[in-house]
Amino acid sequence: MTTTTSDTEKGASVAERGMGFGLRALNNLAGSDLLDRLRLRKQVERALFQGTKGGFRSATAAGRTFKAAQQLGKPARQKQGRSTGLFDLAPDDEQRMFQEGGRAFAEAKVRPAALDADAACATPKELLAEATELGVNMLGVPEELGGVMHEQAAVTSVLIGEALAHGDMGIAYAALAPGAVATAIGHWGNAEQEATYLPAFTGEDVPAAALAILEPQPLFDPLQPQTRARRKGEEWVLDGVKSLVARAADCELFVIAAEAEGIGPALFVVESGAKGLAVEAEPAMGLRPAATGRLLIEDVRLPSAALLGEGKAEDYVDCVNRSRVAWCGLATGTAQAVLDYVIPYVNERQAFGEPISNRQGVAFAVADIGIENDAMRLATYRAASRADRGEEFAREAAIARRLCAVKGMQIGSEGVQLLGGHGFVKEHPVERWYRDLRAAGVMEGALLV
Amino acid sequence: MINLEIPKKFKPLVSQGNQVAKEVFRPISRKYDEAEHSYPKELDMLASLIDGMNEGSDMGGAGAAGVRREERAGDGENRNGSNLSTVLGIVELCWGDVGLLLSMPRQGLGNSAIASVATAEQLERYGGRWAAMAITEPEAGSDSAAIRTTAELDGDEYVLNGEKIFVTSGDRADLIVVWATLDRSKGRAAIKSFIVERDNPGLKLDRLEHKLGIRASDTANFTLQDCRVPQEALLGDPEVKEKGFAGVMETFDNTRPLVAAMAVGVARAALEETRKRLKQAGVDVDYSTPALSQHAAAARFLEMEADYEAAWLLTLQAAWMADNGKPNSLQASMAKAKAGRACVDITLGCVELCGGAGYGEGELLEKWARDAKILDIFEGTQQIQLLIVARQLLGKSSSELR
Repeated sequence: MTTTTSDTEKGASVAERGMGFGLRALNNLAGSDLLDRLRLRKQVERALFQGTKGGFRSATAAGRTFKAAQQLGKPARQKQGRSTGLFDLAPDDEQRMFQEGGRAFAEAKVRPAALDADAACATPKELLAEATELGVNMLGVPEELGGVMHEQAAVTSVLIGEALAHGDMGIAYAALAPGAVATAIGHWGNAEQEATYLPAFTGEDVPAAALAILEPQPLFDPLQPQTRARRKGEEWVLDGVKSLVARAADCELFVIAAEAEGIGPALFVVESGAKGLAVEAEPAMGLRPAATGRLLIEDVRLPSAALLGEGKAEDYVDCVNRSRVAWCGLATGTAQAVLDYVIPYVNERQAFGEPISNRQGVAFAVADIGIENDAMRLATYRAASRADRGEEFAREAAIARRLCAVKGMQIGSEGVQLLGGHGFVKEHPVERWYRDLRAAGVMEGALLV
Repeated sequence: MINLEIPKKFKPLVSQGNQVAKEVFRPISRKYDEAEHSYPKELDMLASLIDGMNEGSDMGGAGAAGVRREERAGDGENRNGSNLSTVLGIVELCWGDVGLLLSMPRQGLGNSAIASVATAEQLERYGGRWAAMAITEPEAGSDSAAIRTTAELDGDEYVLNGEKIFVTSGDRADLIVVWATLDRSKGRAAIKSFIVERDNPGLKLDRLEHKLGIRASDTANFTLQDCRVPQEALLGDPEVKEKGFAGVMETFDNTRPLVAAMAVGVARAALEETRKRLKQAGVDVDYSTPALSQHAAAARFLEMEADYEAAWLLTLQAAWMADNGKPNSLQASMAKAKAGRACVDITLGCVELCGGAGYGEGELLEKWARDAKILDIFEGTQQIQLLIVARQLLGKSSSELR
């Protein structure tokens, strides 16, 4: 694979490269005469001095001590769902409860907080705590370890993701990211890993945690991560860079994907205190309330027990596909938000003496949003429900992902278009949804169903 | 319990449909594409078989005759009934050949109209006979409220006068369901459908069309000249009232998913053939590797397969809602719109991917691409479906959003 990185950059350490990103941005800023025209140069320079005394990167959060409570002889697993053999689009009572809880929370709390969270690149702690109360972080925790779901909960996770992302995709990402780590450990972890880490996710004080798979290179393929795990005696040594990690600076626990020597791509459980881990802010086009950051992994030495479960290839592929389904859930919810927002707008907005929705050019765009959004939802439900029943779902996940990447983005774009200039400004949320919906085709890992 | 798989109890039907498609339709597919206007006599035996299947179960069959909104549904219990089974059957058969499906005796859209709005007495009288549907006129296509064919009550008979075009199986069917107006000044409220016997002397066949695709299926043009039918031939309620037209149009809520299913079947045929040919050419489609990291042909294929799945799922959704007594006009149009355009895009895309092999008559890919286009036109064009969807989503009347 060829890269555009220069030779000097290739030879540089992760830390130096981290510094490089910051310096390049700084250089652009310094070269701009905008600062001089606005008479801001002095202030900016002072702010930079204060902000960078410690370097551009910061250490990962100190983190709590995770200790195995009572350990089961073998790993606990949620049961697979059973099929009634009938086609059915209605969620069951338990799923409806989660869905309604999610919707109410999204409408009352998430949507009103979205604009500020987007600007601040952070979601208020209280909001995340309230989301935790909905049970969103323990859907993948087996009952024996304090979880609430008897059976696998991919559909339930999708319904919640969809509901929260109708409020805001970035806040949904921030709120659901820790649950991905719990689900990963609950699905594939061994008994000791489950006993050590899962109890933290069933209480009130759920740690920030992240499933870090995505890397910043173009054409990233999660089945071929560039992050490496080398064997060194009894230890694993990890090196690499992970991209767009939610709340990276606050995370106390990571599950990191790496190409493991002699195994292939696999997941590793890494506590934030591990030496050699660093984070760097990585604000992006969207998902800003999730305070996305880059995780720099440099000679991080891990005990052999850090390999999640048995490092089975099928577990890893399962994880990648479940992540894609989770992102489809979010994309479906945000696309629905676009539809719900543009309908009253085009009905009220007058042009040439009548509502613009009286014109086919406008009305057909709304119809297409409705059609493609429904299809995204159905494809996502199909993939998730197959996962819950333990059926093959790689094909269905891939199809849902294509639909959500392509049609989801189209919907985001049409949402702005239908509002015209008003769609381009922050007074309306459609520009934010435009930015967020691009994520569905980009993100890998990070969330799980 | 959310589940979007083919219901277990319909799996035998799907497998039967697939066998019929493979063993009966496919082998004669090219033959009747070339021999336009000759009757596929192989279908007679098959039609009897399907009648038997319909008779023997409540699962509906492979044709349009079975669809009818489920009256007893709506009690909260999940039902998988004749709408779903019919859609599933049609997908399989159209994977074989959509032109032949349209030529199936006693499975015409006229049969759906009868099934949807006929009284019990009419069902009794006309059941078991092949009925075609005559709506379109030279001056009125999508705007079916603008039809000019008139029906005048004369004693205990209606007298029909006008011209009808694009009547599928019009020459082969036993009955034609003719749309006509009782009073042109009263607009859509006065539009009714009438059952006309094919051998009625007032019904004159003008010609059979030569077409781009579905050439196995005959398309007839008629003139109705003082065509007299008994009073009881009027389908449904003879009163002239606004809701009457809605009743006539209700037929289409039930038949749109069927046409969507046809499009899904044709699209699947093209995708399966193309997947096989790409594999022979060394291109495998992988579901776990990101689309854009694969061969461009594989990425294109994935995109098309995603559109296929979208159409399939929307179709099943519409049928499932009908089975459960839920209003599905919106979802029926969504399914028809998506399936119609996806089928055209997919079949044309498959021809392109397969190159000369796809374009040549040695394979069926070029035929499927020709057959596909009608599926985005009849039973309501793409644009009409978008209008219906948009009106429902926006809460607009047909006078506001025209």
